Amino acid sequence: MTALGKLFRTTAFKLSIVYLVLFSIGAGVVMTWVGWNVRRLVDEQIGATVEAEINGLSEQYAQGGIRRLVDVVERRVRQPGASLYLVTNFQGQSIAGNIIALPPEVLRQPGVRETSYERMGEANVDRRALARIFVLPGGFRLLVGRDLEDRETLRRVMGGALLTSLFWLIVIGTLGGLFVARRVLNRVEGINDSARAIMQGDLAQRLPLAGANDELDRLAINLNAMLERIQELMTGVREVSDNIAHDLKTPLTRLRNRAEEALRTSGSTEDYRAALEKMIEESDQLIRIFNALLMIARLEAGAERGNLIVFDMAEAARDVADLYEPVAEDEGVDLTLEADEGCNVRGSRELIGQALANLIDNALKYGAPDMPGARSQVRIEVRRVGSGVEMSVADHGPGIAAEDRERVLGRFVRLEGARTRPGSGLGLSLAAAVARLHNGAIRIEDNQPGLRVVIAMPAAAGEAGAGPSK
Amino acid sequence: MSGMRILIIEDDREAAGYLVKAFREAGHVADHAADGLDGYGKASEGGYDVLIVDRMLPKMDGLSLIGGLREQKIETPVLILSALGQVDDRVKGLRAGGDDYLAKPYAFSELLARVEALARRKSGASGDPTTLRVGGLELDRLGHKLTRNGKEIALQPREYRLLEYLMRHAGQVVTRTMLLENVWDYHFDPQTNVIDVHVSRLRGKIDKGYDTPMLHTVRGAGYMIRDSAR
Repeated sequence: MTALGKLFRTTAFKLSIVYLVLFSIGAGVVMTWVGWNVRRLVDEQIGATVEAEINGLSEQYAQGGIRRLVDVVERRVRQPGASLYLVTNFQGQSIAGNIIALPPEVLRQPGVRETSYERMGEANVDRRALARIFVLPGGFRLLVGRDLEDRETLRRVMGGALLTSLFWLIVIGTLGGLFVARRVLNRVEGINDSARAIMQGDLAQRLPLAGANDELDRLAINLNAMLERIQELMTGVREVSDNIAHDLKTPLTRLRNRAEEALRTSGSTEDYRAALEKMIEESDQLIRIFNALLMIARLEAGAERGNLIVFDMAEAARDVADLYEPVAEDEGVDLTLEADEGCNVRGSRELIGQALANLIDNALKYGAPDMPGARSQVRIEVRRVGSGVEMSVADHGPGIAAEDRERVLGRFVRLEGARTRPGSGLGLSLAAAVARLHNGAIRIEDNQPGLRVVIAMPAAAGEAGAGPSK
Repeated sequence: MSGMRILIIEDDREAAGYLVKAFREAGHVADHAADGLDGYGKASEGGYDVLIVDRMLPKMDGLSLIGGLREQKIETPVLILSALGQVDDRVKGLRAGGDDYLAKPYAFSELLARVEALARRKSGASGDPTTLRVGGLELDRLGHKLTRNGKEIALQPREYRLLEYLMRHAGQVVTRTMLLENVWDYHFDPQTNVIDVHVSRLRGKIDKGYDTPMLHTVRGAGYMIRDSAR
């Protein structure tokens, strides 16, 4: 398709043409109406003038007879730009006036009519006039008229103006239509170009905005927001595959090495058994990582949103604390729980439980105070805060430096000092993903000393009225 | 628990072959169906104690198969095997009429324990007894009271539920995940050995001071309550 063809096919151009046609018809109707009215007005004015003159002349006749009338007429005829006059006797012969030819039947009927005539001094020039014929006593006839030249001129001017304006209307309308169509087409083409680039894999591309905040901009803004979300998801997928490459290949290599080593070196059944058991352990760890990764990816993609129910966060926290309490006690940690009442949230008890379990697990692993002899304390709190619920796990361990707090939420991130302990670096990422799924957020704070991880999420609507009561 | 008849409906022949062999070694009879229709036919004929159904099967998917059986009033317990291990998949599976759900990959000991628990549930015609007895151990479920050889032992509520589950499956292996699912109602992996600590506490209460232990650790699988005196 040629560029011009493309232009003509745009919706903007087609709309312009439709508007142009409608507007032209409208303009024609208005101009015709104005012209007709002007003409009627002119006719009325002529009629009034003629009437007044006839009244004047018939008065002259009444006072001074035909002689006086002829005198007056002849005097008036001599003035320039005068009206038309004709006085005839009963035989129809001209006595006075500036008309030299007239269709003969005109004088026979008194009244107002339009007629052709020839003017004195301009023989054989056919002109038109509006005339009134008046029969005087004694058989004389008096004709008074006005030349219609002015009216005809006005009509021509009006007609010309109508045609000219229609011409310009069409020219300007077409050009305007093309201009608007081009503008719209350019912007749509811009959007199309970006869309093509995006389809070809450049996900960072965004649709251009004209800054006019018009409907095209709003469309582009919404599409851009959609692209943003898609890119996020794609980045998530890419990250997962990168992570799989980096962090799953390592244990896989270890697993493979172990098998090779067992084949190469050992001899006794006992050795084989030990190696195989180690390998099963290793693969269990791999499966665990794999499951956690899949879970995070699914949570971030917004899956698992189907089974959300309203439950009491304090109750859920109590269940998890109860699960971990013996472990904590065995490790010499005081695990305490303090919860407000009415901490209902809409969500998944299972996922919240898992997130809390991860936080407690972290606190038990890394939350021991540096001072020798000091007893570890892990404190779980569930609080109503404004229109939300906050669940926190706090310890008195070394904490996390402010600059690392954002980073530590990423997948497979393990801070120095944690690498020697077992773990996958996915616990906090999973907790963060769970918080996000519940329209909440995770915060990492300084517990002075120690670490405080807070999961904040909105309280369940409706049930929020219960309020805290301790 | 021995001599169960198990039907494995699984399209991966190698995996199915491994399962058939492993169940035979455990003293059960296992048949194999390689697709959904074949499985549906064999399961409809009845005679099985437990069905193990893969979710994704050629010709007829696992959930439709289960739905079809349940519509025919065939109530053979079904364990669903699935590569999808997420919460909503599990919910879907159980809603479709499955009795238990296990995500791949799994340990055979886990599968065996769950299958045996399912078969026991089916044959457990005794219903819900008010008193559970294993050897000298007696759990009064109405009075929430535990005695061993007539001597009362005080239990925390959670310990009570843990022991109750173990005693209902007395003589059977109960895995850590089964305990986590049935006593705590969690399906995630708690990473640390939380269950072990709970069990060892319980063991401290019921076995301490007695020569014959009741609560046994089954290596590589889980736990079992059994009267070892017999």
